[in-house]
Amino acid sequence: MVIECKHVWEHISGYLDGTLEPEVLRMVQEHLEHCEICSAILDSTRNILILTADERVFELPLGYSDRLHARLDEELKSAEAVVRKAP
Amino acid sequence: MPEIDESRNEAEMIAAILAGESQRFHDLIRPYERSVYVMALSFVHDEFDAEEIAQEAFLKAFRNLASFRGEAKFGTWLISITLNEARSRLRRKKLIKMEPLEASNDDDGSHVSPALLRDWKEIPSEALERSEMRSLLQKAVEGLPPIYREIFVLRDIEELSIAETADVLQITVASVKVRLHRARVALQKTLAPQLKQINSKGRWFPWS
Repeated sequence: MVIECKHVWEHISGYLDGTLEPEVLRMVQEHLEHCEICSAILDSTRNILILTADERVFELPLGYSDRLHARLDEELKSAEAVVRKAP
Repeated sequence: MPEIDESRNEAEMIAAILAGESQRFHDLIRPYERSVYVMALSFVHDEFDAEEIAQEAFLKAFRNLASFRGEAKFGTWLISITLNEARSRLRRKKLIKMEPLEASNDDDGSHVSPALLRDWKEIPSEALERSEMRSLLQKAVEGLPPIYREIFVLRDIEELSIAETADVLQITVASVKVRLHRARVALQKTLAPQLKQINSKGRWFPWS
């Protein structure tokens, strides 16, 4: 069975996640073999997902971890003080 | 299996913390510093606010540690706390005008069309050394409508499974799939033309 490009687009995400039903997967694969537009859409989407997941895209602010642990430390120490006071 | 070891190790740390070894909380949360911050940042788009949300989320996690039952992974539980913290802060700041009507949106069959192109030259991760590239990607993720951004960050940046994402957002697996699909296609539509332009002078067909 032949499917049109726009039907293939509905399955891009499922294709990348490997969650397509076997029959749908087969149709999509067959379409991709001869459709350069859909192949390029798939490749670009996959590429974009890899890039956005890269740790360099969202960088932690300088000193973030130190400030976090300092803040936690205040809380932990006061919690410990409460525990010590308890009979 | 490292994942099982990891959660056993975490369960052991959590028990110790609850028994009074509070200082071990520092070690417990170290692997999650980054994901909590990125989750917060994707909501507030401001480093300072994101850091405050992250701190607050970790503090809440500590104060409520006794209520963590171990049904979910600790990391997923932490992300849920962060999500709630970020949402309630946004509500306080009234930055959210109105949440879109979501439930009816998921199955309306409306199509999100990708950007059409005929060939794609893979962009290597080294391209991320350029700040121009990082900022394009950041802006595109931040520019997604909130219900798609949440899904995208949880699933594709934090790398939660589809089931975990559904748990955190308290929506069905089917809704996760639909929204994730739209989020990914929307990003492709925004980014593919921009990235392609940066990457090469290849042929580009802007029909749609």
